Amino acid sequence: MHKSTKFGLGAVLALSLGAGAAMAENVKIAFIDPLSGPFASTGSNGLSQYEFAAEALVNAKGGVLDGQNFEIVPFDNKISPKESLIQLQVAIDQGIRYVVQGNSSGVAHALTDAIEKHNRRNPDDRVLYLNYAAVDPALTNDDCNFWHFRFDANADIKMDALTDVIKDTPEIKKVYIIGQDYSFGKAVAAAAVSMLGAKRPDIEIVGNELHPIGKVKDFTPYARKIVSSGADAVITGNWGSDMLNLGKSVVENGFTGPIYTYYAAGSGITAAFGESGKGVIRLISQGQINPPESDEAANYINAFEAKYPDGNIDQPRITNVIGMLAAAINEAGSATDVVAVGKALESMEYDDIFSGKVFMRPQDHQLIQDMYIGAHTDEGVTFDYDNSGYGIVVEHKVDMAGMDSPTTCKMKRP
Amino acid sequence: MDLILVNLIDGLVTGLLLFMLSAGLTLIFSMMGVLNFAHASFYMLGAYFAYQISMVLGFWMGLLIAPVIVGVLGALVERYGLRRVHQYGHVPELIFTFGLALLIEEVVQFIWGKDQMPYSIPEVLNFTALSIAGNAIPAYKVFMIFTSVAIFIALLYVLTRTRVGMIIQAALSYPRTVEALGHNVPLVFMGVFGVGTALAGVAGVIAGPVLSTFPGMAVVLGSIVFVTIVIGGLGSLWGALVASLLIGWITTFAKAYNIRMEDILTGIGFEKPLEMSENVFRDLWTITSPQIADILPYLLMVLILVVRPYGLFGKRDA
Repeated sequence: MHKSTKFGLGAVLALSLGAGAAMAENVKIAFIDPLSGPFASTGSNGLSQYEFAAEALVNAKGGVLDGQNFEIVPFDNKISPKESLIQLQVAIDQGIRYVVQGNSSGVAHALTDAIEKHNRRNPDDRVLYLNYAAVDPALTNDDCNFWHFRFDANADIKMDALTDVIKDTPEIKKVYIIGQDYSFGKAVAAAAVSMLGAKRPDIEIVGNELHPIGKVKDFTPYARKIVSSGADAVITGNWGSDMLNLGKSVVENGFTGPIYTYYAAGSGITAAFGESGKGVIRLISQGQINPPESDEAANYINAFEAKYPDGNIDQPRITNVIGMLAAAINEAGSATDVVAVGKALESMEYDDIFSGKVFMRPQDHQLIQDMYIGAHTDEGVTFDYDNSGYGIVVEHKVDMAGMDSPTTCKMKRP
Repeated sequence: MDLILVNLIDGLVTGLLLFMLSAGLTLIFSMMGVLNFAHASFYMLGAYFAYQISMVLGFWMGLLIAPVIVGVLGALVERYGLRRVHQYGHVPELIFTFGLALLIEEVVQFIWGKDQMPYSIPEVLNFTALSIAGNAIPAYKVFMIFTSVAIFIALLYVLTRTRVGMIIQAALSYPRTVEALGHNVPLVFMGVFGVGTALAGVAGVIAGPVLSTFPGMAVVLGSIVFVTIVIGGLGSLWGALVASLLIGWITTFAKAYNIRMEDILTGIGFEKPLEMSENVFRDLWTITSPQIADILPYLLMVLILVVRPYGLFGKRDA
């Protein structure tokens, strides 16, 4: 009897100690993205932006709740959906409740499915999935679920903003659409065709083409077709070296009109374009870097570049992911009850450092924000990319882009 | 018509670039009987070295110095790596070059990082040389053509008209006899390996600014170089040239013209199914030539191997 009381007392003591340790424990966020292989530069640059955002926006301000810090735990998924699921399982086994991922919608589909299943089967250790860059529209439409939140504008919203600008540019009469041959490239092309058709029926689409992703050595033949089609503008969703090589080839072979892109900045692309991309490359993105939105934005970028001299703030939405997650955890009063955190994130309004207000649309978990169309240039650049002197300067702004865009999402809420 | 001329020139540029890579590889193969998997990595090294040198001394010094450094590196690899592995047979040699390719890629990433390098065309050549029906031919392309043709002629001259060339050719076929005649055959091998890798280096130097300099550039070109020398016939310089040009033109024309499988199939008498979305052959019907342009050389290789296993100009089985 005596012995068992002693044992019980010890257990209570151990439990309370354990609870104390848990209170001070960090809020861990799993970063699942490519950190090796051909897309490693995008992944590792994203990781430094996360680490900096967690430090500057949360930890330096005293953390969340009663002093819990954010900790980014990197997992290398080699941009493979299969590898991502393994890493997700490892992250869950380590007790991590928040997953961030962005590169490749293929990976995003695999993760969102796996997390949905996991959360249904394991109500005690559910996970939230914060998607910061995978922009396949399906993720917030047919394939949406309560656990997935998207912080970048989806491909349709971006195209909507882009075509708004093209609509007001009367000198564009012929458009050439070219993209990588997979779900995202096809989604961009389909959106471009339907939206241009609706907004500017007089525009002729002189080319609509897909090329193999990551396999084309020389884009010259494509560039020839674009030039000889007489196109006034090119639209492409290309990224990585496909973006750079296509753009360079098109410019070298005599194209002078605008090339509207989704991803032609940072990761060495801006530096490699240099002078040749000036007046040609346009970029649709969220978050305004040049001119800086505010002193706060300028200070943030300066501090980042002081810490990572070779890095770029080329995904400013990462500050929203971290900032909004911290706000939601504080509002929910718990970092472990992800249902409460998810509910707090839904319909949250938040002040983006690099933009105005942003709004997490509750019906599909798509963040609604201002979109910017910028030009690649060396004039009026406060913050360049790749230390090249060149950067993206905002030319047009679309307020709260896609606020009333339709969604087919029918979400089951826990 | 004008566009055909433009595409011929574009294909020529692609083909000649491929030739500079495959010439070295095919020589090395006929010498050592082993495929050098790291060959395209030397091409990548050429581009990175030239970029680094061009930062300080300008593009032209890069063009001169970088291939020499690459060639010396190649010779050292042969002398202290391959030659030691050689005695254990072909498989260890293959594995050695394969490992070397991975190693070079990692080292490049370690030193220069994973980003694209801003290695660009020199100012002097950054203009439009001529324009055909609104299609600009950049001066740099003309420069690429002349450089590669000059290298081909020089190589051909050395191999067929000089004493050194004779010894090399003899050493390729009958190394023991040549050795018995008092020539230093291992030195010849080292020299050929060095020159072969230096050629790959030159290709890297002049291709870097147009095809962009990044850690994946070796992988992108790696497999197509092997296809070229198999089509041309292993060990044949002329074969490498013809196969390179053939591949250059095939891929360029396939990309430039939208030939649709639908037209070909209906042309030879097939009926297009009305309900396409449910059809088993849907993918076949919707193929266009730009989509499969980069696979065509592999198809050609399979055909060549079936019809003529020793390649177009080869003298022995692949």
